[in-house]
Amino acid sequence: MIEVIGVSKRFGDVQVLTDISAIFQKGKVNQIIGKSGSGKSVLAKCIVGLHVPEEGRVLYEGGSFHELDGEEKRAIRQRIGMLFQGSALFDSLTVLENVMFPLRMFGSMAKSEMEDRAHSCLKRVNIVDKDSLFPAELSGGMQKRVGIARAIAMNPAYLFCDEPNSGLDPQTSILIDDLIKEITEEFGTTTIVITHDMNSVMETGEHIIFIHKGRKWWEGDRDQLLVSDNTELNEFVFAGSLMRQVKRSMTGGA
Amino acid sequence: MNVLFHIGRYLLLLKETFGRPERLSIYWARTLEEMDLLGVKSLGIVALLSAFMGAVITIQTKTNIDSPLIQAWVVGFATRQSTILEFSPTIISLILAGKVGSNIAAEIGSMRVKEQIDALDIMGVNSAGYLILPKIAATMMINPFLIMISMFLSIFGGWIAGVQTGIVDSADFIQGIQLGFKPYHVVYALIKTVVFAFIITTVSAYHGFYTSGGTREVGISSTRAVVFSNVVILFTNLVLTQLLLI
Ligand SMILES: Nc1ncnc2c1ncn2[C@@H]1O[C@H](COP(=O)(O)OP(=O)(O)OP(=O)(O)O)[C@@H](O)[C@H]1O
Ligand SMILES: [Mg+2]
Repeated sequence: MIEVIGVSKRFGDVQVLTDISAIFQKGKVNQIIGKSGSGKSVLAKCIVGLHVPEEGRVLYEGGSFHELDGEEKRAIRQRIGMLFQGSALFDSLTVLENVMFPLRMFGSMAKSEMEDRAHSCLKRVNIVDKDSLFPAELSGGMQKRVGIARAIAMNPAYLFCDEPNSGLDPQTSILIDDLIKEITEEFGTTTIVITHDMNSVMETGEHIIFIHKGRKWWEGDRDQLLVSDNTELNEFVFAGSLMRQVKRSMTGGA
Repeated sequence: MNVLFHIGRYLLLLKETFGRPERLSIYWARTLEEMDLLGVKSLGIVALLSAFMGAVITIQTKTNIDSPLIQAWVVGFATRQSTILEFSPTIISLILAGKVGSNIAAEIGSMRVKEQIDALDIMGVNSAGYLILPKIAATMMINPFLIMISMFLSIFGGWIAGVQTGIVDSADFIQGIQLGFKPYHVVYALIKTVVFAFIITTVSAYHGFYTSGGTREVGISSTRAVVFSNVVILFTNLVLTQLLLI
């Protein structure tokens, strides 16, 4: 479980996050949604400690993260898997080496076991026979998927995915959503997914946090989302005609 | 104020860099890779420069001291002294600061802007140690060899040029090379080389590591890395020379 308490973050004069509090439960896919530039990625980076918030605290299983020393932080981080918005694969390593990287660094497996493990992660994201390609030789969507494979390689206790299905076709996108859900339930992972994709929100939205202008504007699940009367949330969710149709069919009329 | 900030942050980065490595075997494998990338791949330019500079040193020395009062061996002697004391350790290090330093800053800088360093941090890897320590170890181990090769080729280039153009006699030149040779001068040169290798790597890595922004900033970091490495090398050269030679 991760608890965020009153987190505020500023870059120079720009207030990006203001007083955000939330609880992310274990074994659940928690989603953070919001417009581009609303501060979702910054929030995720505050939670994992890549940004230090000016105010507020982040608790991992009740322990305050920002008060830990370097070694203790590293110990928690070895249990975090993170997919970055831009994938952040290591350019100088091949696909297989990228996925094996955390295993080599921290695992205690033999080389062949590591390779098996990496292959099975790659298979789950539908990447096969691409072992010796370098990230620059992959499409954006493939990089994303390799990034997910790397994030899940260590069976993390905390999984962060920054826009896992942007740039993916609808089919692969569903595959990734299902995978994230599966892993979360199977291993009791505390999962936080940042997304714009209303499809995946409707598929997996058990706990949704809507960020607007750096504040937590709304919180709930997908059923509550459809019937909410929050103006900004509605503007965001029902921007597309498909979602408007969904709403009409749900509310049975105008 | 600004200078103090950079020095402080540089020292803190060094402290991180020399923190406990996660896996020594991985660090060692990375060191070998870096030795190839930063050292062996610099051999060509070092060899080329050294041979030509040695040739020029010899010709210039000869044309400047062409007097019946000065003995014939002086040309070889002067070529050897300027090569060992200054040209190879310092000038070649400055050249390497340009080649290796910009490479290091660009590589680490682009890893920073593409969030790859964040990815390392998130995994719990000591990113500074993992990225920088193997480079420091590699350059400190391989640069002395580069510099010794440079010394040899520079003097050899001088001999070829001198003899081929007929301005010096081969026997005189060789006598000059051997005359009053102090092994300590080579030690002095190698001490400088190792210190300069440390400066090139850490100063450049510092500029790469704290890049923020995008590709434009990577370019800026890379330029800064070269300029600052050069300045620090020149200053350190003066200090070391006073400490070691006087
Ligand atoms: N390192 C930084 N320095 C300064 N400002 C930043 C930095 N990172 C983010 N910002 C600013 O914070 C705001 C929120 O950025 P963030 O990346 O969190 O948006 P986002 O919600 O993830 O958007 P998107 O959906 O497009 O990814 C933006 O206005 C951005 O300019
Ligand atoms: Mg983002």
